[in-house]
Amino acid sequence: MANKEAIRDKVSIVGIGCCQFGENWDQSPADMIVDAAYEAYADAGIEDPQRQIDAVFTGSIYTNKGPHECADALKLFNKPVSFATNYCATGTDLMRLATLSIAAGVYDTVLVVGYDKPKDRGVSGPSVVTDRVRDLPQTPAGWFSLVAATYFEKYGASRADLAKIAIKNHANGCLAEKSFLKRKITEDDYFKARIISWPFGLYDSAAQTDGAAAAVLTRTDLASRYSKAPIKIKGVTVRSGPNPQKDPKNDFLSWKPTAWARDDVYQMAGITNPRAQIGIAQVHDCFSLTELLTYEDLGFCEKGSAKDHIASGDFELTGSLPVNTDGGLKTFGHPTGATGVRMIYENVMQLRGKAGARQVPGVEGKLAVSHNIGGHPTACGIAVIGRD
Amino acid sequence: MIGILSYGAYIPRTRLPLSAIGGRPAKDGGPEKAVAWNDEDAITLGVTAALHCLRGFDRSRVDLLVFASTTLPFQEKQASALAARVLDLPRAVQTSDQTGTTRAGTIALRAAFDAIKAGSARFALVIASDVRLGAPSSGLEANFGDGAAAFLVGDGDAIATLDDFAAVADEVTDVWRPASQAYVHSWEDRFVIQESYSPNVAAAIQALLERSQTKIANYDRVALYGPDARAHGDAARAAGIGKDQIVAPLFGRLGNAGTAFAPLLLVSALEAARAGERILVVNFGNGADATSFRTTPQIEKAGDRRGVEWNLARRRVVPRYDDYINARGLAPKEWDAGTNPGLSATILFRERDDDLNFRGQQCRKCGAIQFPAQRVCETCFAKDQFDSVRLSDRIGKVVTYTFDFFFPTPNPPTIVTIVDVDGARIHLQVIEIKPDEMKIGQEIEFVFRRIHESGGRPNYYWKGIPKPV
Repeated sequence: MANKEAIRDKVSIVGIGCCQFGENWDQSPADMIVDAAYEAYADAGIEDPQRQIDAVFTGSIYTNKGPHECADALKLFNKPVSFATNYCATGTDLMRLATLSIAAGVYDTVLVVGYDKPKDRGVSGPSVVTDRVRDLPQTPAGWFSLVAATYFEKYGASRADLAKIAIKNHANGCLAEKSFLKRKITEDDYFKARIISWPFGLYDSAAQTDGAAAAVLTRTDLASRYSKAPIKIKGVTVRSGPNPQKDPKNDFLSWKPTAWARDDVYQMAGITNPRAQIGIAQVHDCFSLTELLTYEDLGFCEKGSAKDHIASGDFELTGSLPVNTDGGLKTFGHPTGATGVRMIYENVMQLRGKAGARQVPGVEGKLAVSHNIGGHPTACGIAVIGRD
Repeated sequence: MIGILSYGAYIPRTRLPLSAIGGRPAKDGGPEKAVAWNDEDAITLGVTAALHCLRGFDRSRVDLLVFASTTLPFQEKQASALAARVLDLPRAVQTSDQTGTTRAGTIALRAAFDAIKAGSARFALVIASDVRLGAPSSGLEANFGDGAAAFLVGDGDAIATLDDFAAVADEVTDVWRPASQAYVHSWEDRFVIQESYSPNVAAAIQALLERSQTKIANYDRVALYGPDARAHGDAARAAGIGKDQIVAPLFGRLGNAGTAFAPLLLVSALEAARAGERILVVNFGNGADATSFRTTPQIEKAGDRRGVEWNLARRRVVPRYDDYINARGLAPKEWDAGTNPGLSATILFRERDDDLNFRGQQCRKCGAIQFPAQRVCETCFAKDQFDSVRLSDRIGKVVTYTFDFFFPTPNPPTIVTIVDVDGARIHLQVIEIKPDEMKIGQEIEFVFRRIHESGGRPNYYWKGIPKPV
């Protein structure tokens, strides 16, 4: 039986870095990896990474060139460098693998680098897969929108509720230095935009960008050597799920992997009252409705009630539980392999009280949650971090 | 009694108004032609007609399949073997493709009767299907229509028996298409009609009447191939076929359906016929042939079949000629198809039961039906304890849906659904429904279609259509 509390507080984040997200036409994956990793080194006071970094966990979806791309960019040779992918939950899974390796006592200090480079492919948006005949069309908007008809019918939500999420994330993105899109939108903009896959229009859909994010993790008892404000890992998990496209028991009202990962990670972190204990969350808004479902599936509100909490502004920057404070995938950008690590970057900044114009007041003593869901969706990763 | 046991037809639902050809505005209500859409070809049309024909029959008894067409998607790779797989026919079925002439359908029908009479087959399925292309804005483009017919022939409760057959062969370069070209060519139409169509048709009719000691007046219905409405009318008059005898040739509704044309007119005749009628089918192409049938009392018990009328009643008018050109892949493309090897032939091979036969599996332990085939039960986790079950002839229900505008297709959106089929959940495109008509719980029937052309060849799978009422 798994010991749910075995890793709580044993590992701390002492350095974070994130490159400018966007259509980085003039940057290679290596350029972005170097930007993110060296910012994390500087943040952790690491001056000799070849000596101070014991192991590396790295991952991407689009370049998918294995561990050498990162090892070569950073010249981290003669080291254990592993490459992992877990769909859009890749970043969170990299955090988990690094945490486990330190908690197991194998390494002291580990570098995590999530990155992706979708904009080298010559097309806008994700790839349309035509390597099979079954299941076409294979587009992420087409997968994630399958929950809309059912959810709308049962709970009476509509695109007007999704619009508020899009408007919020566009506003938040304007306040984040390294975000891709810095443009506020109105409800009118939202409804005038073209439809990608109903009910998702342009403003419901994440901005696919290039980017890299990095974190330096170390044993909590060593953390003060690196950082004045180390942030503890309270829990981190991933959960597999059945493919909703063939799962015989799927109600299309929530995504199963989120609920399963939530149960696991809340036990790891000792969360029994999410609304009281969690001060901030970065959730996977690949599409606006994915964010809406996640409010409910992470226990921020009752199933079916998200639209009421959206209407009362609960998840806005000034609300009681701000979500996607840096603009989320929607406007900060979504380089698939980097996103989970970018969320850690934002949560660490917020917990340190260093998030500038988008700083959530009073969040420092609370827990911060980051959530990724990916595949059809078939996997979820959640990390919970906190100062104390 | 050896005879036709069942028939089926399929005419694509899409109609192109002839007024649209050549860039004029499309006008609904005038003459039109049936056109295969971007996910249809001679294989999918033929398979659909065959599925209609096989409704209510035990397909495990079919031991001969003949597929007749001049527009088979592959010059090397047998259409009948692919169709046999899709139709879930027994492995031991004999397969044969008939091609090269618009007369291939009646030749195939004759061959099927001969095989059964000779004892080399017991139940034969004959498919005639064509998707012929005339060059854009040409007269042939306006003339051609797409369609398919299918007949089940065997010893049983025949609705019609074959009385006689006569053929003449001829060599005229009248209508032709070289192997490397997409568009059908024709010499001057007056030459084609005066020196090829009219004399050959007359000769075949004459040969049959002499062989069978009958007169044209003995026939209640005559299904006569015609290159166009005028030549058809002239040939009928010349042969002494009265207006009450001639089966309406469907110009302006279907178009000249090539190999499927005369077989579809035979379907029309069978749909209307009562017991004891004589039907004459006259076909043309590199000669001509004539086949006579006689209906039995069983025809009045044939019940509802999806024949020509059923298909013609289902219509969707193409709003613009450009839509037709795009759907048929006739517009220049930004990128060449390239030389990628396409879908892995080994994966296609392994997944034939799922993707072509559309078979799922039922768990022997918990009874759950699932798709595609998997080693471990999705419901009770039992390993390798499944029975194969055919899903293609079941009815599904829409669990949820979306309208995908991102996936490249001539007519967005692509309607994507999760369909429940007796407990199995299938991610499926649904076509032939308007987005605002889609609803949770919509009943779905399965149709076999072209999915894409990865590797420069057609790749097939199933889609859903709203269950016809």
